[in-house]
Amino acid sequence: MKINTADMVFEGLLRIADDNLILGHRTSEWCGHAPTLEEDLALPNIALDLIGHAQTLYCLACEVNSRYKNEDQLAFLRLEHEYKNLLLVEQENGDFGNTVLRLFYFSTFMKYFWEKVKIKCCFTKLKEFSEKAFLETSYHSKYASQWVITLGDGTDESNLKMSNAIANLEPFLGELFNNDDFTEMCSQNDFLPEPTSIFDSWKDEVKAILQKGNLDFPDIILKKRGGRKGEHSEAFGYLLSDLQYMQRAYPNSSW
Amino acid sequence: MARKQNEKIVSLEEFQEKIDRDEKIEPKDSMPEAYRKTLIRQIGQHAHSEVVGMLPEGNWITRAPTLRRKLSLLAKVQDEAGHGLYLYCAAETLGKSRMEMTQELLSGKAKYSSIFNYPTPTWADIGAIGWLVDGAAIMNQIPLCRCSYGPYARAMIRICKEESFHQRQGYEIMLTLAKGTKAQKEMAQRALNRWWWPSVMMFGPNDADSPNTENSVKWKIKRYTNDELRQKFVDAIVPQAEKIGLTVPDKDLKWDKKRNNGKGGYAYGEINWDEFWRVVRGDGPMNKERISAKQKAWNEGSWVRAAAHAHALKKQTALQAAE
Repeated sequence: MKINTADMVFEGLLRIADDNLILGHRTSEWCGHAPTLEEDLALPNIALDLIGHAQTLYCLACEVNSRYKNEDQLAFLRLEHEYKNLLLVEQENGDFGNTVLRLFYFSTFMKYFWEKVKIKCCFTKLKEFSEKAFLETSYHSKYASQWVITLGDGTDESNLKMSNAIANLEPFLGELFNNDDFTEMCSQNDFLPEPTSIFDSWKDEVKAILQKGNLDFPDIILKKRGGRKGEHSEAFGYLLSDLQYMQRAYPNSSW
Repeated sequence: MARKQNEKIVSLEEFQEKIDRDEKIEPKDSMPEAYRKTLIRQIGQHAHSEVVGMLPEGNWITRAPTLRRKLSLLAKVQDEAGHGLYLYCAAETLGKSRMEMTQELLSGKAKYSSIFNYPTPTWADIGAIGWLVDGAAIMNQIPLCRCSYGPYARAMIRICKEESFHQRQGYEIMLTLAKGTKAQKEMAQRALNRWWWPSVMMFGPNDADSPNTENSVKWKIKRYTNDELRQKFVDAIVPQAEKIGLTVPDKDLKWDKKRNNGKGGYAYGEINWDEFWRVVRGDGPMNKERISAKQKAWNEGSWVRAAAHAHALKKQTALQAAE
């Protein structure tokens, strides 16, 4: 696979930015509907961080690709197949347990991802950003892990709901750790870590937390995939019609 | 019996003297039952308003037009959850638990600001809420920073700082729309038309019809009457609307040099009190939807709260066993 450095940086940034934007979008759907007022505060706060990360990453992507004039063009005005997020993050929220379990999986992955970027990344601005991103995703992972333990350990009903959430999200985990030609090139160029290089740390941490919640670690096999190539689930179209509504209904306007 | 009554009268007088000396009343101080009840009702309603207020704005987070606007709106709605938390805590210092207050909100027994029973059909409503609703809230709330009850007054200092930021944000949304395309300007005007009268009503009934005002003023819970605050609000907002080229939907609005003790102020048209009472009684455009949304969230979250409780008990038992 041969592409120039700018294209590699653009595509790499887009993948991470889209993951953050779409999970931020899903997380923000909880606003006002959470099980406690504390969670009504925490979930929008996490959504704010995730969408904030996406904004920074889209801005960096615009710097290396003159086709896009600003971050909003990337966030709101691409077609469905041009979004490169994981299928995991675009799935509907389900119940609170499913939501925190997905957040735990993703933020734990991103914590180790940013930790590696902090150590080695040829794109200086991303390396600088990784300091803040690492701290914030570490907090998200901690927050979500506490809920995974609480709900797993709490009552028979909550344990069952968490086991169902594990089964529900299991098909989407393989994609999180799937290397492809592009990820290999990013790694060879010291730009981004390969997803498989994060697996062991992720697995140890996730397994330990699930164990504390009396929950079984799922099989990680590549089952559902396509997000990185722009092949999305049905739910994604509805998400985009929400996300893009204003920009599509009132084109070329300032907000 | 007579002695007891005497003591009560003395303590009421002492209480009033303390208030008159501008000393703060703190949770453990003795206070007349009516003072306690008034505050619980007012702080509880205020907390409920913050929590229900998250819904009309929250429904625009996923549709906000730019990332910058989305982030500001998320931060704003998050602030409101925070205000709700402080206020429930302030009310709890008076002896009523958050759980009781929550149950009263969900059962429809407790009131919240009627303004949140109006819908937000467009993005401009988010601007109008920030500008007008938060604007009206600030008029009401700044005097509360000097309220005689310490925990409420202290909570209000932080809340007011955040609310004034929200108001500027809302006005800036309206300014941007008013400067924008024809469709954007129309959207802004329609939102102003929708929110103007409900915002003017936010200050509550006219002074003559406001039974709680007299005691509240005497006890320095309230520093201004409903009509005084309403006048301040109208006087502040009318020039702001003119500045961005929007029209306040009141044909009777005119400058009246006699208002504000001869300093001048805006005279405004008749308020539709039938509508006000209809919405207060539960027949507003969104009363049922708002409470159903809160009931649904509460019911769907019950297994989560039960699990948190069970987990905490298990942890406690394990700790005790280890000791």
